[in-house]
Amino acid sequence: MSDLVQVKDLRVVVRKDSGEEVAIVKDVGFSIAKGEVLSLIGESGSGKTTIALAMLGYARLGCRIAGGSIRIGDTEVLALDREQLYGMRGRTVSYIAQSAAAAFNPMKTIIDQVIEGALIHGVMARAEAEAKAITLFRELALPDPDNIGRRYPHQVSGGQLQRLMAAMALITDPVLVVLDEPTTALDVTTQIEVLLAFKKVVRERGATAIYVSHDLAVVAQMADRILVLSDGEMRETGATRDILARPQHPYTQSLLAAAAPEVRESVAVAKTEDTPLLQIRGLVAGYGRAGSDGLPAARVLDEIDLTIRRGMTIGVIGESGSGKTTLARVVAGLVPAARGTILFNGTPLPATLGERTRDQFRRIQIVFQNADTALNPSHTVGRILARPLAFYHGLQGEAANARIAQILDLVRLPAAFAQRRSSELSGGQKQRVNLARALAAEPDLILCDEVTSALDTVVGAAILDLLADLRRELGVSYMFISHDISTVRAVCDEIVVLYAGRKVDTGSRQSLLTPPFHPYADLLISSVPELRTGWLDEVSTRVAKLLPPLHAAPATTDTPGLCPFLSRCPVRVDGLCNVAPPPRRKLADEKEILCHHTGEELLRMQDQLLQEKRIQPVAAA
Amino acid sequence: MSAPKSRTSMQSAWRFVSSLPIPGLVGLVIVVFWMLIAMLGPSIAPYEVGAIVAPDVFGALTTQNPLGTDYLGRDMLSRILFGARYTVGLALAAALAASVTGTALGLTAAVAGRWIDELMSRVMDALISIPSKMLALVIVASFGSSVQLLMLTAWLSYTPGAYRIARSLAVNVKTLEYVQVARARGEKLPYIACVEILPNMINPMLADFGLRFVFVVLLLSGMSFLGLGVQPPNADLGSLVRENISGLGEGAPAVIMPALAIATLTVSVNMLIDSLSGRSVRAEN
Repeated sequence: MSDLVQVKDLRVVVRKDSGEEVAIVKDVGFSIAKGEVLSLIGESGSGKTTIALAMLGYARLGCRIAGGSIRIGDTEVLALDREQLYGMRGRTVSYIAQSAAAAFNPMKTIIDQVIEGALIHGVMARAEAEAKAITLFRELALPDPDNIGRRYPHQVSGGQLQRLMAAMALITDPVLVVLDEPTTALDVTTQIEVLLAFKKVVRERGATAIYVSHDLAVVAQMADRILVLSDGEMRETGATRDILARPQHPYTQSLLAAAAPEVRESVAVAKTEDTPLLQIRGLVAGYGRAGSDGLPAARVLDEIDLTIRRGMTIGVIGESGSGKTTLARVVAGLVPAARGTILFNGTPLPATLGERTRDQFRRIQIVFQNADTALNPSHTVGRILARPLAFYHGLQGEAANARIAQILDLVRLPAAFAQRRSSELSGGQKQRVNLARALAAEPDLILCDEVTSALDTVVGAAILDLLADLRRELGVSYMFISHDISTVRAVCDEIVVLYAGRKVDTGSRQSLLTPPFHPYADLLISSVPELRTGWLDEVSTRVAKLLPPLHAAPATTDTPGLCPFLSRCPVRVDGLCNVAPPPRRKLADEKEILCHHTGEELLRMQDQLLQEKRIQPVAAA
Repeated sequence: MSAPKSRTSMQSAWRFVSSLPIPGLVGLVIVVFWMLIAMLGPSIAPYEVGAIVAPDVFGALTTQNPLGTDYLGRDMLSRILFGARYTVGLALAAALAASVTGTALGLTAAVAGRWIDELMSRVMDALISIPSKMLALVIVASFGSSVQLLMLTAWLSYTPGAYRIARSLAVNVKTLEYVQVARARGEKLPYIACVEILPNMINPMLADFGLRFVFVVLLLSGMSFLGLGVQPPNADLGSLVRENISGLGEGAPAVIMPALAIATLTVSVNMLIDSLSGRSVRAEN
């Protein structure tokens, strides 16, 4: 049997300003059998998206498909003219992009956009296409499949939109579906729903697909075969199971190593210390004008208590919108607290920037997620680092230059980088400079806001190592904010789980490895894809489980302080959770959860699930 | 890091010139040419500005009158040499003043907080709602026409626009994380405005300045056409076009030459400014 898709010696070049052409995809070849899912995996810049787009006969602006052959069925894609390509795209090959929000037109209803492809290619009549779309919606497990199409893109959630885009791609029954990082922008708890839907529809329809991703754990669930890329070259290809179990190429081995982050050793912290470094009590903060009760219109953080001891790393985890970034901004003074106190070294920290002393500023430094916008593009690295030195320590001239070289060395960058601007640095280098600027102040506490999220796994792992080293060398404390539980577990001594601005679970790193957890923490932990095939099928039964129904009178929803996780909680109790605010329970090992269930109840429920999944909790180093 | 102190201004000027791309270089040459004309024009002009030197009006190009003669038989070359000083000096000065004030006020409004921002924005909105030509007419009618007054008028008319653009640019830059970092570092507002924000909005402001320069040339020409601008026998380049407009049908050089002068001046200013945007990056490499 000949393969459905055959790619030979594919070469894509990009034209530089100087006119010379540089190959970004170098002689890549692979084949896909009918009904098979091939995954392209690699870091940013490895050429995986370029190859995916080449399957549609498309090269991005400035790029050119310079050679090779792409045969899909009996068609040679690279030999087609413009008209024929238009006829092929969306009909023979369809594409699912990373950002569904950007791929939908906000002015048209969803169904119009989903069936557009079928109508353009004249595959079927409108009524027929709509019926088929509704079938697809049902297969993709979308809520209210008969009517969801009449909504506009902003009226559905991000995860739903991603599935609707899959429906758009599948409407014409294409020969090949290209999925380009379709779940990268989603929260883990949403990602799992989307993955399940994709997997089901791919299996049921027997679709042939190319799945592009940087996340090995996700790929392990979706792909039959994996093709590992770096710098536009093929490194290794083979069945998913083989690649995961026996990676041959060193690059694949490094990817696998970075995907399962090793736990950085924790520094012994004296628990009996008199004054903690940072102590937050009953913090309420938000945005918008303050109401009559003195609280902001949009409350983002509610009743947060938190303690950071000297030399300790505390992890703050939660999905987008949970208020974790706002927490860092409140501590930094960028957002004033509406209520509650922040004690730093035992003395209250003023809520606004204007009232803080220079020494208080120096002791707390913030490092933002996006190093692209965190470094002033018109300043050199040297100037960026010189400012805190002059500002806090009065260092000038030669002394400052010497210190800059020292700090650059601390973040493992050569001293010559002081002459560069941020546009001449790679993502990882920018993040190191970003960190170096905070270190230049010689702070006690560094607030790290998603510092590794925008980076490739290997680069991110290097930054985590650096953080751990600095902590050992300098004794700084971190508040480490992330949405990625495996990163947090790798570097933090204590972990706080935020949900909708409330602290739902707190405990040591150890306590987030073994039950009992708060139901949300449990969902979060169990949603992180594991680096083995078959994981998705194991958890599918659990995700499909219906939530316990709620019958109590809707008027009670006005009760302040109800559990924030109520609407999604799989173990909620009718007549209790929707009526009374949950208590803050103290469990063993200084663990604290916000739940009506006792620790024993949760332990029983979650232990059972663990056994169902046959997973042994991983022991921490 | 800052440049070594030993480097002379000559050297840094040469570095600047050699870092410009070709269009920028062409723009620079023409701008410098017009600057020289504006400064030296009257002393190298072959005739007096108001002298009628030829019997025929809208004369062709001859050795006596290299750029022809105007509607009264005056030498066009001399009139352009005299007129350039008004256009270049007046328009450049007014546009520069408007852009600098606008940028300074816009930056202040963006960083200074809500009340100052509101107050300044409303005052500027009030100013912007007055048509610039009407404002100019009222001012000239009240105080009479003089070069200083024309400059003041142009400055007043074009500051609010520059303010609006500067403010919106500054507000966008202000939300970026490096500004947040500077605030969390405890930096004072003037530092944030001048060191963190200003360098990142200077290029669009320069482009805006180029545009504003062209507008001021047009305003001055319009005023001169109404007889309220530069007073005869002097004329800026704009009024030279206007006063010779009846020669257009005959294809007289008297109308084409000052038009060409305005075109080369405005285009070269914009070419120079456009090439400044990418300069810093190129100079580094």
